[in-house]
This record gives sequence, structure tokens and C-alpha cells, in this order.
Amino acid sequence: MQTKDLISFMIKKSIRIATLLVALCLISFLLIYMSPIDPVQAYIGADMMRVGQEQRARIAEHWGLDRPPLQQFMKWAASVVKGDFGTSMIYRRPVLEVIGKRFASSLVLMGAAWLLSGLLGFILGVLAAMKEGTWVDRLVKWYCLTLASTPTFWVGLLLLIVFAVWLGWFPIGLGVPAGVLAEALTVGQYIKHLILPAITLSIIGVANVALHTRQKLLDVLSSDYVLFARARGEKGIVLFWRHGLRNIAIPAITLQFTSFSELFGGAVLAEQVFSYPGLGQTTVQAGLRGDVPLLLGIVIFSALFVFTGNLIADLIYVLVDPRIRQGGAL
Amino acid sequence: MINTTDTNTRPSSGILTMMGLNRRQRTIITTAVIGILLLSIILGGLLLSNERITTNLEARNQAPSFSHPFGTDWLGRDMLTRTIKGLTLSIFVGLIAAAISTIIALVLGIAAATMGNRVDTIVTWLVDLFMSIPHLVALILIAVALGGGMRGVVIGVALTHWPSLTRVVRGEVLQLRSTEYVQISRRMGKSRWWIAAQHIVPHLIPQMLVGLVLLFSHAILHEASITFLGFGLSPHQPAIGIILSESMRYLSVGMWWLAFFPGLSLLIIVRLFDILGDNLRKLMDPYNAHS
Amino acid sequence: MTDKKDSTAENSPAYTSNEMLLEVENLSVAFRQYNKGLQQMDLKVISSLNAAVKKGEILAIVGSSGSGKSLLAHAILGILPKNATVTGSIKYMGNELTTKDQERLRGQEIVLVPQSVNFLDPLMKVGKQVRTSVRNENPVEAQRRVFERYQLKQSVEGMYPFQLSGGMSRRILVSTAMVSGAKLVIADEPTPGLDPKIVDEALLHFKGLAESGCGVILITHDIETALKVADNIAVFYAGTTVEVAPVADFSGTGQDLRHPYSRALWRALPQNEFIPIEGVQPLPQNLPCGCFFQPRCERATASCAEKQPEAREIRDGMVRCIYAS
Repeated sequence: MQTKDLISFMIKKSIRIATLLVALCLISFLLIYMSPIDPVQAYIGADMMRVGQEQRARIAEHWGLDRPPLQQFMKWAASVVKGDFGTSMIYRRPVLEVIGKRFASSLVLMGAAWLLSGLLGFILGVLAAMKEGTWVDRLVKWYCLTLASTPTFWVGLLLLIVFAVWLGWFPIGLGVPAGVLAEALTVGQYIKHLILPAITLSIIGVANVALHTRQKLLDVLSSDYVLFARARGEKGIVLFWRHGLRNIAIPAITLQFTSFSELFGGAVLAEQVFSYPGLGQTTVQAGLRGDVPLLLGIVIFSALFVFTGNLIADLIYVLVDPRIRQGGAL
Repeated sequence: MINTTDTNTRPSSGILTMMGLNRRQRTIITTAVIGILLLSIILGGLLLSNERITTNLEARNQAPSFSHPFGTDWLGRDMLTRTIKGLTLSIFVGLIAAAISTIIALVLGIAAATMGNRVDTIVTWLVDLFMSIPHLVALILIAVALGGGMRGVVIGVALTHWPSLTRVVRGEVLQLRSTEYVQISRRMGKSRWWIAAQHIVPHLIPQMLVGLVLLFSHAILHEASITFLGFGLSPHQPAIGIILSESMRYLSVGMWWLAFFPGLSLLIIVRLFDILGDNLRKLMDPYNAHS
Repeated sequence: MTDKKDSTAENSPAYTSNEMLLEVENLSVAFRQYNKGLQQMDLKVISSLNAAVKKGEILAIVGSSGSGKSLLAHAILGILPKNATVTGSIKYMGNELTTKDQERLRGQEIVLVPQSVNFLDPLMKVGKQVRTSVRNENPVEAQRRVFERYQLKQSVEGMYPFQLSGGMSRRILVSTAMVSGAKLVIADEPTPGLDPKIVDEALLHFKGLAESGCGVILITHDIETALKVADNIAVFYAGTTVEVAPVADFSGTGQDLRHPYSRALWRALPQNEFIPIEGVQPLPQNLPCGCFFQPRCERATASCAEKQPEAREIRDGMVRCIYAS
């Protein structure tokens, strides 16, 4: 594919995500606007009893909550365009700053789990396909299908019971108030807090890659070109290395990139179980406490996150697969 | 019995094979057994008296035993009874949500495939829109907007599970439309509605049934997740999500059974629904039963 | 479908010589399958198949699709699927070919030239794919030499299979056989849907291979292609060899041919009488009793349906027909 095509491809994708994002902003805002959430209450929080009617009205005025919905939306939209996404009501900081900080720590968790599940899933899928029909294959398939039916947070709870409560390898009482944890931790403690949630996310994430890789490798192994490779005396590891890996790696990697949506959802649950101070936990807080600007910000941000994964997956095909890369060359 | 989900042509070594039954017979039997099992859980949940889940401080914090197979909680409530009631509730929520989702998918899928380019563009765009944010975030947003509770969960789960099935329906209808008998009907001047009712819907019904059962397991899992996070069913309702979220406070003192059995039961139920859906698909369309 | 394993000795072909490279006798291939009721059954797709090729000779194997031609190639190379069972004998240079021999020899002394570009790894540059076949010399040099010989530019080695034209991919596929220093080349349907010029060019390559001392097995459904280069022609029908004849016998009205099916094939050619054969080749699931061709044969009698005819040698060839002379 030529640079020109690549640019037009990127432009098309960007227009698509732009329209989706605008619609997403509008719909999310409307949803929240019509909801029974009282933003003033979210702002006041626990001091509810000490705040009088008059004060509430002043707060509402300060935040512009007394204006008609369209004006409120325009104000919020302006803050989105400006780039700070408004001010979080529970953290009293610009939304983007809160998201950025929390996302950084989620990124470590998700990145670790993403790599681990990708590698492990790929290896399991390859093993299952190379040993098709044997007990190894059956075991991998059984594991993956069962995992697909398992609630993420329950896996987290089990790990907590075994490794934190019974074996005592990891801290149990991670329920330190949100916000305190991240700053007060040393690197060692941080890693200790990271391991269990990362494993939880990986255990669940393995299933998809493994099943997909297995199927893909089975297709490759029954292909004409592998038959010819065998006719030329290739077998076992050499055969897999030369033809199998080459043909299943791109699909597996792109699949991993398109799984950002599930990864984010899994992180929300895992962070909640382990009180890991990331964006997932913040999402839950924003939702439970009615922090409208923060919740809306996270919705938009998570859409961008998912979009980025899909875009990278598309780009890998375009840039790496010679059939697309050099498609116009002849 | 999980063998019957094996899509290979290789024979499985299960008991039913040894009894000399063929694949079709084995699939039917497995399906029936799963159906009965699920039904009895629902019945159990409805019929079990609330007596065993009232506060009974004498019997609190008991580990699993013969009289309380799943143990008891800090109020002395029997966990087995709570779990079965929770599962029943989950199945109902899942059923309603999956049914609504299936209907949405059916309507949007048929509309996209039959009502011209503009409608198709809109539906495809809507599918993209719903798939553009993480499933769980969409669920949280909708549940929050509706103020949580049973209504919030059901509508939230229903509104987030239709996109993938819509794509399937759309593709299926497009394929049906290009078949010869539909083309002939059209040339004979039959109306769109007549064609839809006579040719398209009958073909879709089996697919929809399978789609419904498979959506079911997703719906149940998401209901449990969202309830666990605190956006779903209220703490008074005996939901698995509530049970597991409450259990977190007692794990550190070693009451592992509070989390272990309810979660395992949920896993088994979801898996059973999955197998059920797979089996139905195989029975209806044995040649394309590869997932 | 009687297995004639025990009768190999008495009817070993007379055209055996010490230059014999490959001899296939009474080869049968069956696939284990599971039918609807999941009962296990063995489906015999090749039965009592015979073929032989000498050094420097081209044997063409002719038959319509489904006659078991490709499976013969896979059986010789030992790359049949796992659920296949092979009986009968395959001798290479006078010795029985064991699984171990096959593993050692394939890609080295016995090579396959596959039918289409689909047999090349879509994600590997073709130069590299040719180089992996080289055994005893510098891979890059060998590949460049063979490319030069087939008039492939050096830039072609950096191409991917999807970028090749029909003629180019044909030459690449032959190159993989050339560089390996093979003694026996099995070309499976090497000229499908190619324009006549490229077909002739491809056939020339095989002629060249034979002249350099290789044995060549040319598997094709196209009898005209076979006639252009082959020394002997084996005619396959429903998984069995009905006749092996020197190419010269395919002439005139086919009067020198031994089997009614070969004669019918010959007469069906446009430049001859252009008479199509009635009926269709039976599927392996429901083969007729006795001679497989008997339901379609104009000369068939009641005794043809009794048992499958033994292979007999007549006039420097082999035939399975009780009336052949």
C-alpha cells in the first residue's frame, strides 16, 4: 500500500471515530441528564446534612446546573474541545488530569495482563493445534470454554482467598482509601499489588487468543502449502517455525489489539476486587457517586482506548501483511 | 458430557457413546438433561421457603457441612438456599434481557437488510456506536442513567447485547433475500411484508432461538458483574453479584465458602447455557455447527 | 474390492529392468471415516493400483478427477492424512519404501511439483521458498542458478506468491524440484488452466529433467498433455490402474490399446472420433462388482461382473481386462 493510500485510510478512520465520538457525547450526556442523579449531592458528598437549601442552589448555580440542558451540554462540549473535560466533582480536579493519572496505573496493570495473556494464549493455542485430538488439545479447549463462562471478579476472589488469605503471599487489605495508595507505595509494594489483579485479567484473557490461534493454526496445517512443505521433508518444529508461526502471528497479534474493550471491562472488575487504584476503580466511583463530568470523560476516553486498539490492528495488517502492503505493486 | 460440544468428527469417550448412541441421540439427551437441570434450579429457587435465609444467629459463620452444604453467612443464612435463589433471579433477569436484546436484533437486522441503503447505514452505524465503548462501561452508563435497580440492570443488559446478533441477522437476511424463491416471490408481486412473513422469519426463528440461549449466558455474567460493582440489583435481593460482593468483607477472616460456592454455581449455570445453545445449534444446523 | 497383496509375485511387470526407479504394485489406500451413526468405516479410495517408472523416463498417469491420481503421489511421499491406511508395495530403486525412507527421501531424492501457487507459503518470499529445498550446496547460488535457467529475473526472488503470474509461478514450482537434486519428480497436475504456450514450456522442463536422468511421474487429467512428452501412459479409473501402455500405442483408432476405457478415452479426443463415454465414473462408496468399468463398457459380459480382473502383461504393457489381447 502506498503512502497516499495509507493517509486516506487514516483520514477515513478518523472521520468515522469523530462522528461516533460526537454521537457518543450527545447520547451519554442525554442519558445522564435524564437520570435521577443529583449532581449537587455528588458534589457535597458526605456533608449532606450540613448544607442548606440556599447553599445547594448556590452550588447549582456555580456549576451551571440551573441552566437549560442545551446550554449545559454546550458548556460541557466546550470543555471537551478545550481538552480538560470539565472538573471532577469528587476529586475536585480537571477530569482529564484525574483520568490521566488513573489510566497510567491501569495501563501498567492492563499492559502486564495483555502481554501475559497474549503470550500464554498463543502458546496454548499452538500446543492444542499441534496436538490436535489428544488430551492436551482437549484440556486446552476445556479450559478456554470454561474460562469464557467464568465471572472475572470471581477468579479474582479465588486468587485472593488462596494467595492472600491462605498462603499470605500478598496483602489482603488492599482497601486503603482511594488515592492514598498510589503515592505512598514503593516499587516493591507496587509490584506486589499488581501481581494478583494482573493474573486475574490474564487468566480470563487467555481463552480468546488460545481458541483463535488453535483454529487458525489448524487451518494452516491443513493448507496446501503445508502439505507441500511436508512433501519437501519439513516437519515438526521446523515446519511450525517456517510456515505456522509466520501465518498465525499476525492474526493473533491483531486479535489481541482488538480485545481492548474486554480488557478495559476486565480491569474495572479486577481493580474493584483488589482495590487497585486505576481507571477502572475510578469508573465505579464516578458511577456510584454520580460524578457526571468524570463518568462522561471516562466514557469518551474508553471509546478512544478501544478505537486505538482497533486502529493498531488495522495498521498491522496494512503495514505487515505483504498481500496488503504490496498489493498495488504489480 | 462436555464431550458432546466437541465439534470434531472423532468419537468421544463419554458414557453415552459406550451405550451405543449416535451423536444426534447423545446431543438430544445432553440437551434434555441440561434443560431439566436448569428448570429444577428455577423451580427450586421459586419453591424454597425463605425460612432458611432468615437471620439465624445461632447458626452463623458455619463452614460447609451436611446440613449446610454451602455453609452459612454472618447472619446464619443458608448459603445453598441463597445461591439457588440468586441463580433463579439471575436466570430471570438474563431471560428478560436476552429476549429484549434478541427482539431488538431481529428488528434492526431485518430492517437493515430489507429497508434500503439509508436504514442499513444507520443500523450499521448504531452497531459500531455500541461497540465503540467497552461493554461494561456502556452497562455502567445505562444502569447509572436509569438509577440502578432491577429495571436499570435489565434495560442495561438488554440494550448492550444486541449488536453482534444484529450483524448475524442482517447477514442472514441478506443471504435469504438473494435466494431464488424470494426473488421469484418478488417478481410475482408479493409485498415486502408477505415475503418477510412467509420466507424470511421462518428461517430466522431457529437462529434466533440459538442466539437467545447464547446471549443468555452473556447476559447472566454481565448482570452478576454489574450487580457486584454496585450498580445493579439492590442489596436486599438475593443476587449472586450481591452475595459475592458482600463476601469480600469476610474473606480475610477465612470464610472462603461465601465466595467459592456461589461463584462456582454461577459458572456452571453459564456453562450449561452455553452447551445448551451449542447443542441446539448443532441439532438445527448440523453441518455448520462450527463456532 | 479384493486385496491382491498375495498375487504380486506372479504378475510383476515384464518391463522391469535394473534401471527401475519406482515400482508401485497393488497399492490400496483407505480412509477411516465416521458415518452419521458414528460407526467406523474404511473407505477404499485406491485399490490395486500399479505404476512403474525408470530412470530417464516419463510416466504419465491419466485419469479423470476422483480416480486417485493425487493420492498416489501423496502415498509415495508418505504425506497422506493420519486416517489413511496404505497396503500393497512401493519399491524405490529395488527396495521396499518404508516410512523412514520416505521421511529421509522426500524433498531430497523424491520431490513433488504441486499443481498451483496455493502450494507456496503466501507470506514467504519465493526465493526463500526455493532455497529451503536445496540440500547439498549453497542455497542462494543454487536458487539463482535455477532462476537463470528458467529465465526468472533476480528481482523475482523477493516477490510473494500472490505477485507471480501463472507462467512465473509454474517455473518457481519446477525450480523447487530442480534445486533439490532429485532422482524422482512427481508432478501433480502441473498444467491446469494454463495457456498452450506455457503448457508446452512446462512440459519442456519435465522433458529436460528426464533427459538429465530423473524419473518423472506426470499426473494429469489431460491425455493430450500426456501424449506430448510421456514414454509410458498409465490409465487410472476409479482408483485402480486399468492399463499401462507405451505412448506409441495411442495412435490410429486406438487398436493397439488394451483396455476399453483407454480406447474410449483416446477416441473421445476432438482430433479423433470425438465420441464421449457414456455414464460417469463411480464414487468410492459404491463401486460396482467385478471390473469397475463394466457398467459403462460396451464389450461387458456377465463374467466381467464376477470379480475384478487381474493385472496381466500384454505386449509391453499391463491391463486389467479379461478380454484384452
